[in-house]
Amino acid sequence: MTDLPNSLARRGFLIGGAAVGAGALLTACTSNEPPAAQNNGGGANVAAGQGDNAQPGKMVTIGFSAPAADHGWIAAITKNAKAQADKFKADVTLKPTEGTNDPSQQIAQVETLINQKVDVLVILPMDGKQLTSVGQSAMDKGIPVINLDRIFDTPLAYRTWIGGDNYRMGVNAGNYIAGEMKKKGISNPIIGEIAGIDSLPLTQDRSRGFKDALAKAGFQVGPRQAAEFTVETGERATANLLQAAPKLDALWNHDDDQGIGVMAAISAANRKEFIMVGGAGSRNMIDKIKADTDVIKATVLYSPSMASSAIALARLLGQAKGMGDLAEHEIPASITTYSAVVTKENADRYADVAFDS
Amino acid sequence: MTQLDPAAKRDTDVPEAPAPRANRGFSVDMRLASLFGVLVLLILIGWITSPDNFLTGSNLDTILRLAAPSGVVAVGMTFVIISGGIDLSVGSVVGLASVWMTTLATQAYGPFVMVVCGLAVGLGAGLVNGVLIAYGRMVAFIATLAMYISARGLAEYLSNKQTQVVRDQDFLTFFRGEFLGVPTLVWILAIVVVAGWILLNRTTFGRRTFAVGGNPEATRLAGINVKRHIAMVYGLAGLLAGVTAVMLAARTTAGSSTNGMFYELDAIAAVVIGGTALTGGRGTMVGTLIGVLIFTLITNIFVQNNLPTEVQNIAKGAIIVIAVLLQFRTNRARSTT
Repeated sequence: MTDLPNSLARRGFLIGGAAVGAGALLTACTSNEPPAAQNNGGGANVAAGQGDNAQPGKMVTIGFSAPAADHGWIAAITKNAKAQADKFKADVTLKPTEGTNDPSQQIAQVETLINQKVDVLVILPMDGKQLTSVGQSAMDKGIPVINLDRIFDTPLAYRTWIGGDNYRMGVNAGNYIAGEMKKKGISNPIIGEIAGIDSLPLTQDRSRGFKDALAKAGFQVGPRQAAEFTVETGERATANLLQAAPKLDALWNHDDDQGIGVMAAISAANRKEFIMVGGAGSRNMIDKIKADTDVIKATVLYSPSMASSAIALARLLGQAKGMGDLAEHEIPASITTYSAVVTKENADRYADVAFDS
Repeated sequence: MTQLDPAAKRDTDVPEAPAPRANRGFSVDMRLASLFGVLVLLILIGWITSPDNFLTGSNLDTILRLAAPSGVVAVGMTFVIISGGIDLSVGSVVGLASVWMTTLATQAYGPFVMVVCGLAVGLGAGLVNGVLIAYGRMVAFIATLAMYISARGLAEYLSNKQTQVVRDQDFLTFFRGEFLGVPTLVWILAIVVVAGWILLNRTTFGRRTFAVGGNPEATRLAGINVKRHIAMVYGLAGLLAGVTAVMLAARTTAGSSTNGMFYELDAIAAVVIGGTALTGGRGTMVGTLIGVLIFTLITNIFVQNNLPTEVQNIAKGAIIVIAVLLQFRTNRARSTT
């Protein structure tokens, strides 16, 4: 009679012990801290003040609101904003809010910042349309708004817009590929394209720019598939596309985040006959471009360094200063960053704008 | 024709598997036959629309490699649905396990610990589902919906929403490699499907799964521990989600909180196409495999013809309806004769 409870207790003990052991092993595995030596300075790209603007001025409190960092690019936006504020810590106080993908929550966060009477607001809206009214109410209350990347519906909702240029990303990728094809003397190249989420205007702009630039050179886009900005969808789209196109001369992938999957599919298919161009400028891809051992030869920037610039602009706005090197007394109302092409030759220059995808 | 030999052989092996129960043998064969007809039709469409690139060894490799992770998830889902439940969390659990096994700390322990970690996380999440449903008396839809949300959240928290590249070369070489000319991932799928078939049709565990899904009360009165069995079924689904995480980490060379997105829906669709009843108590492993292959084939055929993604989704929806209607008709024909 005593045997049964005993054996059950023993079994319970063994299972419990195994569970605790597994738990201990698993918790040990959650750390993502890189060893100190490998941490190359956080990798944030910050601006230095030019001329008179380098001198600390009046204290400026900057409110910052962005969506949740659900992929590397947005994570880098927030990181850059914080790093830039830190660089100017003599005269800048940053009030960042917790990133959220819920527009109504972001509206509430911006309203809180307005109530705290920050001097300048920097807003990367989850949805430009939905946050337009709160941007406008800040402007109406005399708080200048810097609208980062995703544009509001009306210029009344921002003092200055700064953002990237999706159309030119496509143009520059197309121009680079056309140039390389001409250099190799390929007259009728097969050029593939792995796009991002096709329903987004930014993807459509990128593809339009790519198509226009290739058309200018007398080329056209061949096989084209859309992925969803994730490694898995990038891998799936590329694996299928490579089967549909047994021979390619060039491939443009819109986004370096999904690019990890794109490269995985290319290596699984053991294909080397074409050149690949990326998009956005992740550290991973720029390192590979520099090493020059893979098919990827270039990437066109859509750099999160614009967040650093936005904070620098917010500081100048708060201190009523203009930009160095411009004749204008005021900060311009609109600034579009340039989508430079990063190749092996200039990769070192752009190492500081690379972000961890 | 010699080119398509290895993969074609694998395909045709499948429907020859014996029916689960002798007395239902004929009807199940009819249902599988109609499903198999859809698969053959798709292969024909692929061959006609893309005669040069579709029926090549490397394309069949690609199709099977892409089908492998979703196939493994779908095997787990087959058990869950036959037991009368549903698991909405598998996709998120795949994401969580793929992140957990690729953190820098896990990777430092080497490939073996990475794999064990992925499997343990999947099994753990599955058991939490199972315990909540069986002992906490929660509805499966709600319990796994909660896991769906929180597992993805935890994956984002652990990875800081960044893509974690797999640096371990041994891991990549093994799982991205081949064995006897067949990709490792396809071997894993084959082993999981065969083991799943045996477990479902040739063991007490499988018989109890059918019984629990068919009539839980009668099963309980027959002296079977229904609660424990349900917990184990969800644990199995979680474990297979862990296997999928390992496969995806190999296929994409990265762990990411976005891995496994929408796998639960693809798996449910494949299982339903495969003839498993959402009400539980009835279903086949072979049908599920064909369901997964049909989905993977559609995508491949559309890409072969350079058609956009949105058209693929329309076709996928239509295929679900057609496959289910076809089976419904064969089913009714059987019951009236």
